[in-house]
Amino acid sequence: MTAPSATLDHQQPSSLRIAGDWTLAHYASLKRTCEQLRNQYSPDTAVDLSQLGRLDTAGASLLAELLGAERLERCTSTLSEANRALLQTVYRSVQNYCIPVKQPERPVLIQLLSRIGRAVDALWQDTLQVLGFIGLILQTLLLRLFQPQRWRLTPLVAHLEQTGLDAAPIVALLTFLVGAVVAFLGATVLAAFGATIFTVDLVAFSFLREFAVLLTAILMAGRTASAFTAQIGSMKANEEIDAIRTLGLNPIELLVVPRVLALLIALPLLTFVAMICGMVGGAVVCALSLGISPAMFLSLLQTDIGVQHFLVGLAKAPFFAFLIAAIGCLEGFKVSGSAESVGAHTTSAVVQSIFVVIVLDAIAALFFMEMGW
Amino acid sequence: MTEAVIQARGLCNRFGSQTVHENLDLDLYRGEILAVVGGSGSGKSVLLRSIIGLRQANEGRVTVFGQDLAGLDERQRSQVERRFGVLFQKGALFSSLTVTENVALPLIEHAGLSRADAEHLAGVKLALAGLPISAADKYPASLSGGMIKRAALARALALDPDILFLDEPTAGLDPIGAADFDQLILTLRDALGLSVFLITHDLDTLYTITDRVAVLAQKKVLVAGPLSSVAQADDPWIHDYFHGPRGRAADDAALRARQER
Repeated sequence: MTAPSATLDHQQPSSLRIAGDWTLAHYASLKRTCEQLRNQYSPDTAVDLSQLGRLDTAGASLLAELLGAERLERCTSTLSEANRALLQTVYRSVQNYCIPVKQPERPVLIQLLSRIGRAVDALWQDTLQVLGFIGLILQTLLLRLFQPQRWRLTPLVAHLEQTGLDAAPIVALLTFLVGAVVAFLGATVLAAFGATIFTVDLVAFSFLREFAVLLTAILMAGRTASAFTAQIGSMKANEEIDAIRTLGLNPIELLVVPRVLALLIALPLLTFVAMICGMVGGAVVCALSLGISPAMFLSLLQTDIGVQHFLVGLAKAPFFAFLIAAIGCLEGFKVSGSAESVGAHTTSAVVQSIFVVIVLDAIAALFFMEMGW
Repeated sequence: MTEAVIQARGLCNRFGSQTVHENLDLDLYRGEILAVVGGSGSGKSVLLRSIIGLRQANEGRVTVFGQDLAGLDERQRSQVERRFGVLFQKGALFSSLTVTENVALPLIEHAGLSRADAEHLAGVKLALAGLPISAADKYPASLSGGMIKRAALARALALDPDILFLDEPTAGLDPIGAADFDQLILTLRDALGLSVFLITHDLDTLYTITDRVAVLAQKKVLVAGPLSSVAQADDPWIHDYFHGPRGRAADDAALRARQER
């Protein structure tokens, strides 16, 4: 391997001698040499290529740019057939190919404003899309409600297993632990007033009304909304959704309705599991560290806590379920082409559904408080 | 005979109880264009994957440039892999990078070029592969199938490899593009002394540019040799392949093209 060089001989007539291996390994230094030479040599400079060693596409592109079309015709007679073909092929390709000049960047303030504007517009469009999609789901649900022969029970059961049964252990464990933590917190604060007995009320009250349904919904948003987006999104990326449409089938009916119904059934059931487990967690702490026996825990529960708290908590579950499933499925439909897009929309589905769940829960809390339920 | 850059000996590939290759031998010689043909599901892509080391064959060994890939440590392996250029069937462009960045990536990582130099050189490779300039700043998701093929070829050529592996390069290209592609491969092979391992179903490619053809059937390389001798081989599948209506048409076309030249 010989080091490449391009030397300009300033005698009259001047000549340019190209020698050595013009390969990728020497690209950076060769490029510098070429840039210096380009301004120096005149059109009538003779070019001597007879010392040229190995040539690859990187070297050929530099050489082609340095010499230009006319010289390539004239001076390449000493080259091997293969090298000449390579030079000419490379030259022909790069001739009309220059990297476009990047547009100058706009001022920061304009960029900032345009980003804010785009974000607000996107938020508005997203909201419209979610509302439109919800309408579409409700319409399909209502139309199919009166056609039992078109109910799709098999996918419904399969999704019920995935979203409900498979999630039960994690929901149970999580709420048990949170229940125990709430009991500990309550015990610590209430001990100062000598009212540790009210720990029972605290745990039961918070779990029945808020924590059970909220924790379950957030867990489902992370677990199920993302799964829905990924499933439908990869089908979209693979043109399967288009295939469903061209077969004259309705993707909403085929893919979305079973998922929405499954979550509508699964989330209230899981919420019930969460309520029980949360209160069991509280009861265990009460029994172990506060001396409140499980029997006493139960009797306090019966006397102090009205059934309306249970109903208030459970009533929120279907709304959460519907929104989580709708957002998960909609984000799946928004996927375009690439696998990267599937990832981006999965993230978006989780964030959106958790956001919606918490906002809706806050509104519901206000509503129930005003109603005095 | 020239030296073999790739030697596969006694290769066996199994997926569970299904055997794809049984005792397969194949050579790729320096500077030749070897086409591997075979029916769908005959294990052409699996063979490619076991040669470039993406799949460890169940039995047998593959030597590349006289070295057994499986026996090398990570650094040496990376050195050898730099001499490969692989064009995957679906392009396998990185979807988070633009086309130019895709091609510039190996140049920056391995050849140590600055970003500006690498992108300039990437532009040259893209031009060489015949990609229109308007596509250079696009992401792979917004390219057509043919453009993806060309961009992927540009990336495979980025480091000026010694061996080029092409998995169905002309599938999905229009006839003009496919013919250009064939000529490009020929030019590059002649100029750079590339060895080309080509999987194809394109009979025109077979008749125009290949030096040798290996027929993959019955879990091994049934015949390997120059096209004319392979086409005469005494096997019903090979006969149907080369002497079916499409085979005859491609043969006639190649013959006419040679006469015109």
